[in-house]
Amino acid sequence: MTPLDEPGAAAGPRTRRPGHLRAGTGGRRGVPLPLLLPGLLALAFLLLPLLALLVRAPWRSLPEELTSMEVWQALELSLVTATAATAVCLVLGVPLAWLLARTDFPGRGLVRALVTLPLVLPPVVGGVALLLALGRNGVIGKWLDSWFGITLPFTTAGVVVAEAFVALPFLVISVEGTLRAADPRYEEAATTLGASRFTAFRRVTLPLIAPGVAAGAVLAWARALGEFGATITFAGNFPGRTQTMPLAVYLALQNDPEAAVSLSLVLLTVSIAVLAGLRDRWTTTS
Amino acid sequence: MTRSVRRTRRTLKPAGVAAVALMALSACSSSDSSTDRADKPAPKLSGTVTVLAAASLKESFTALGGEFEKQHPGTEVSFSFGGSDSLAANITGGAPADVFAAASPKTMAIVTDRKETAGTPATFVRNRLEIATVPGNPHKLSSLKDLTRSGLKVVLCDRTVPCGAAAQKALTAGKVKLTPVSYEQDVKGALTKVELKEADAAVVYKTDVKAAHGKVAGVEFPESADAVNDYPIALLKDAPNAEAAKAFIALVRSAEGQRVLSGAGFLKP
Repeated sequence: MTPLDEPGAAAGPRTRRPGHLRAGTGGRRGVPLPLLLPGLLALAFLLLPLLALLVRAPWRSLPEELTSMEVWQALELSLVTATAATAVCLVLGVPLAWLLARTDFPGRGLVRALVTLPLVLPPVVGGVALLLALGRNGVIGKWLDSWFGITLPFTTAGVVVAEAFVALPFLVISVEGTLRAADPRYEEAATTLGASRFTAFRRVTLPLIAPGVAAGAVLAWARALGEFGATITFAGNFPGRTQTMPLAVYLALQNDPEAAVSLSLVLLTVSIAVLAGLRDRWTTTS
Repeated sequence: MTRSVRRTRRTLKPAGVAAVALMALSACSSSDSSTDRADKPAPKLSGTVTVLAAASLKESFTALGGEFEKQHPGTEVSFSFGGSDSLAANITGGAPADVFAAASPKTMAIVTDRKETAGTPATFVRNRLEIATVPGNPHKLSSLKDLTRSGLKVVLCDRTVPCGAAAQKALTAGKVKLTPVSYEQDVKGALTKVELKEADAAVVYKTDVKAAHGKVAGVEFPESADAVNDYPIALLKDAPNAEAAKAFIALVRSAEGQRVLSGAGFLKP
């Protein structure tokens, strides 16, 4: 297993060393013990539970667990909805991050705090809040239903909405951080040369912060993939329509823990494969 | 830490044996045994009783816990309410507890199969299904068959949890084929959907409808007789406070306990 270290935020056109755990470049080679021990402990703490999953996995019955239709249905739904939710986050989140980083308006600090709220909200509460807002009887949902005939709960679109709701803050915070770190003078130069502010954003800022946006998108995707509480509360649980992988795992845990472990392994493998694939993509393009 | 645990283990052994004997006795005797505890020289109870109980027992058990603390000053009843399955998993995983009250014999079996109980679990109440619908019953529901009407959004509990298994049993008994919009993870989830009017109906327990305090309307249906759920209660083998735990179980099974439970909508065993 390779440690999935977080994709580096601002990756300039510097040469990267291959992922080697060698501390310090040149100079002193020593790793201070007060840093090494807790660091290794943290790594063990993160990896041991996953290793336990592997050790106790029912390898013998794994093939038959994985040939059931429901598993693939749930996995496919998970991948599709997590990707769709990430797309929604990108379309809505990048502009919001730009507003927070590049414009000055009264109450900006408050808005930024509000953006992070879904991070600390228990997901189930988030789901209830979504129901109260967008449900058939919700504050906005009522009108959606009567004007357009759209009801979100118990639909695949509802799953995407729930996942986007919990994943969006990750993307906004990470993109906003990148924007703050990026030098605004490039954009200013572009505007003085006659580019409109939007053109400057599109042609200068966006390429500049692309790695940060990508990192945020991966975080958002991973969060959406693992989303459970808000999904089951807002979209319910129906195989093939709203039963994502985490829901399938949770319900399997109720009466067949072995099946739950197998399903978790599938989810783990898929997300590791996707994340590793993406990382390679980025490290080669710069 | 380990030393104290070992010490309690040693003292527990005789207590455990006594508990087994008592449970066996109480399981044989009829339900009127515990009300006359006052004229027996009962040992002075003290300490904390840890009770793991199915979520549907929350209101009635909390009331009984308060009653128990009043009857035995110096004791404290600490509850953990949750899905019977996850509680059973806690117990088999070694969580220290005295009493387990489950919402189905199947979940109790998870614990008894691992020899974690002292003696045989006893059924102390039963629960019957009801249809929960929007207050006023605007859809005029009166049977399971009505739930199959097109355009009606119905939620059921997932088959893996007790309320879902019971609902499937009732549907099979009534030969009704029903496709819900969602299989919820627990009763609370199903009930919330109806409370918020996102779903038109849900099949839940009578006690859940009662606990919703008028936010949903309950509709009884004949097929529910085929899916009545037994609630077993048992003393756990490694109970840290077996004496007090036994007294609590006795209170639950006493006439007074049964009155509280009936008030919450449970049926007598």
